Amino acid sequence: MNPPDGVLVVGASAAGLTAAEALRRKGYEGRLTILGAEPHLPYDRPPLSKQVLGGAWLPERAQLRASDALSSLDASFVLGDPAVGLDVAERSVRTASGQVLAAEAVVVATGLRPRTLPGQDGLAGVHVLRSLDDALALRKDLLSCSRVVVVGDGVLGAEIAATARSMGLTVTMAGPQEAPLAYQFGPLPARLLAELHASNGVSLALGAGVTGLSAKDGRVTGVRLATGEVLPADVVVVAFGAAPVTEWLSGSGLLCDNGVVCDSRCRAAEGIYAAGDVARWHHETLDVLLRLENRTNATEQALAVAGNVLGADKPYTPVPYFWTDQFDVKIHVHGTLFADADVAIVDGDPADRRFVATYSRGGVVTGVLGWNMPKQARLRRQEVFGASVLVGGKS
Amino acid sequence: MKVTVDQDKCCGAGTCVLLAPDVFDQRDEDGIVVLLDETPGEELHDIVREAASVCPGVAISVSS
Repeated sequence: MNPPDGVLVVGASAAGLTAAEALRRKGYEGRLTILGAEPHLPYDRPPLSKQVLGGAWLPERAQLRASDALSSLDASFVLGDPAVGLDVAERSVRTASGQVLAAEAVVVATGLRPRTLPGQDGLAGVHVLRSLDDALALRKDLLSCSRVVVVGDGVLGAEIAATARSMGLTVTMAGPQEAPLAYQFGPLPARLLAELHASNGVSLALGAGVTGLSAKDGRVTGVRLATGEVLPADVVVVAFGAAPVTEWLSGSGLLCDNGVVCDSRCRAAEGIYAAGDVARWHHETLDVLLRLENRTNATEQALAVAGNVLGADKPYTPVPYFWTDQFDVKIHVHGTLFADADVAIVDGDPADRRFVATYSRGGVVTGVLGWNMPKQARLRRQEVFGASVLVGGKS
Repeated sequence: MKVTVDQDKCCGAGTCVLLAPDVFDQRDEDGIVVLLDETPGEELHDIVREAASVCPGVAISVSS
């Protein structure tokens, strides 16, 4: 197969940049364009809710690559210009400013947009956290307020709560689960997380849905719960999930259903691929359509896509992985956890706040969770079902 | 090739160890990256570049 006459990567974050780098590393010498909705050079998102929000890092430290590494890519960066339409037959992308960019191969890596609460738009004091600008705006507000309510009891919500608490604020975490990440982690780690947050001074208003916001004179004053209770707040962070950015593909003919639906090669149509948070592809080993919202998937899937753009014709069959840092705890998860799984402690001891647990269903290990034991958790990665099939990046 | 790691950025995923166990390891106590070989041989250059590119903590740099 001849290399494509031009590759256009739509999305300039971890997945998009990695796809571009991998194309070059694999010997692609043709035209390469990276289109980004945001004005910034590619930056990393995981530090936004931790080091950048907390002020330990200046924003520059979250940049994905130094400028000389970006220039050596020999790619055209078109930044601050969101994609607004795709012509599948022509493989051309229209941008908000009216540019039309065409290429023989298109990689869609447009990521996610945070979900919001009704009535949130335009209300002062309410934030989401997805972009660098979001993080800096939230940080500015946190520095001049005293009470923050985080709507969200998942990874992002729990990280934001921990960071805000570490900044000295009065923090309440609200969400429908009985404990942070309970649906994902199951009872034991979720209970330990609840204890971690409580012992660090985070108030937990969990187990009740959030129905909306209260406001006065255009500024948020609190969060309303399904119980009728209102949690008073100077600042509210809404972090209860995100949706794939696919609106711009409506009418293109691509199938978008909770992400860009792709085959096992991460191909949505002839010459059109998707990678990262936005891609929902057929995982051959697990035989499901899967969409993963985590940092490692962004790069591994981008690597697989780069190979397939150049004709590798290989399925992408990763063992999912993510980590989260909250206060002094680092949690690492390989594979998939089910809240109703059989959980076995295989190393360390929860009482010491240092352990590795395996999660099984029907005797098959589907996931491994490490609590302050990253290396030991990683060493058990090969026990996870499907781990014998190498990650997309390895060849 | 010269490899450098930024332990402050390392998230402890161990992706680099999975790819290039002769070049990278992790500390037992906290999973932070340990550089075993800062000038790996040529046969490892491709995989080390890949490790740097996919590192989820952006903690690995490679200069030629």
